[in-house]
Amino acid sequence: MTYQFDFGAVLQYWPMLLQGAETTLLMSFWSTLAGFVMGVACAIARSSGGPLLRRAVGAYVEVIRNTPLIIQSYFLIFGLSSVGFTMSILTGAILALVINITAYTCEIVRAGIESVPRSQREAAECLGLSPLQVYWHVILVPALERVYPALTSQFVLLMLVTSLLSAVGTEDLFGISGNIQALTFRNFEVFIVLWVVYLAMSVLVRGAFALAGKVMFVRRRRLGTLL
Amino acid sequence: MNQEQILYLIEGAWGTLLLSVLTFAFSAMLGLAIALMRVSDNRIVRAGAFGYINIIQGTPLLVIMGICFYGPSILGFSATSALFAAVLALTIHAAAFLGEIWRGCIESVPRNQWEAAECLGLNRLQRMFQVILPQALRIATPPTVGFMVQIVKNTSFASLVIGFAELSYNAKILNNSTFKPFLYFGAAAVLYFIICYPLSWLSLKLERKLTLARS
Repeated sequence: MTYQFDFGAVLQYWPMLLQGAETTLLMSFWSTLAGFVMGVACAIARSSGGPLLRRAVGAYVEVIRNTPLIIQSYFLIFGLSSVGFTMSILTGAILALVINITAYTCEIVRAGIESVPRSQREAAECLGLSPLQVYWHVILVPALERVYPALTSQFVLLMLVTSLLSAVGTEDLFGISGNIQALTFRNFEVFIVLWVVYLAMSVLVRGAFALAGKVMFVRRRRLGTLL
Repeated sequence: MNQEQILYLIEGAWGTLLLSVLTFAFSAMLGLAIALMRVSDNRIVRAGAFGYINIIQGTPLLVIMGICFYGPSILGFSATSALFAAVLALTIHAAAFLGEIWRGCIESVPRNQWEAAECLGLNRLQRMFQVILPQALRIATPPTVGFMVQIVKNTSFASLVIGFAELSYNAKILNNSTFKPFLYFGAAAVLYFIICYPLSWLSLKLERKLTLARS
């Protein structure tokens, strides 16, 4: 092996890396938030909406889950701009990510909702809870608590997959690293640095989700038991 | 879309299938090794597999692609082919996920099966390959078929760093020269759907069958 590694050449561009990491986290944050809200809405629609709504949401979920994100984002971003509808690259990228992650979140949350035994619902009704209270306290929140680990993994994957949107020109960590490669010709070192930074970010995101889980799920915080 | 363009897309779909099949074959071998390491008696072996899974699941596939594309030439192998780099990266990535899925399946074989096999005087290797794995296989089939969909979709990552000519790469080329994104990416999406949907459907069906059999 005669190759001389030169990480210094890459690391001198650390402000660019930092800026890229910031963009990546920003994209992940907004698409996680919007994807979570819309995913839960879709799951509710798919498990207790009318037949037409159920079918529509089901079709959406199947189409998204059986095509790759890169095609979805090309279709959406290049497609919209070809008919004269322009937006910033970052907005388009987040929009594509949200449309994608909503489908996955919907399926996970729906599995959670369906795992709540019927008897629980009936017991809550017997206790005189209003339909809204039953849905919130007995179905939705326990369902979310149960699928929270799966949701966490999905959202960590989302953070990692934002790198793909560099293909439409976002200046996220992966996109900006392309500039560093062009400046230094140290492609391999750039990828090693990216590897370390993404690993650190995935640990960070996982930690943030664990913390948010503690804040959100009061029952688990107090009892510490699995549902 | 003229006939030539349709053929070009189908050629891309062929590349996607080729990548998918090779990746599945290799990642099944590596994934099985990882899963077996995860349930090993040796703590160091277990920790090694655990570390592998966690590191790979915390790394974007594109970064693995980059390392697999530029890495071999640094180690002294000249001219890495795009196919080799893509399959290597996809395999490293998929094996971590398959390993974790299969570990769950191996562990969900009831404990008394292990004990019964031990009582019969089978050694560790015989226990695993003659008693546990055949039962784990049944549990593992639905999620494995489901994961194949993931592999097919992940092959689209090979169009970026490596530039392997698969479906999304060819669709991008067609779009670049004609600028009809809805048409070409729509057609590519349909082709991906045709490959993936039967697998998703089969996975769900197998899962339902298994749930019925177990309840």
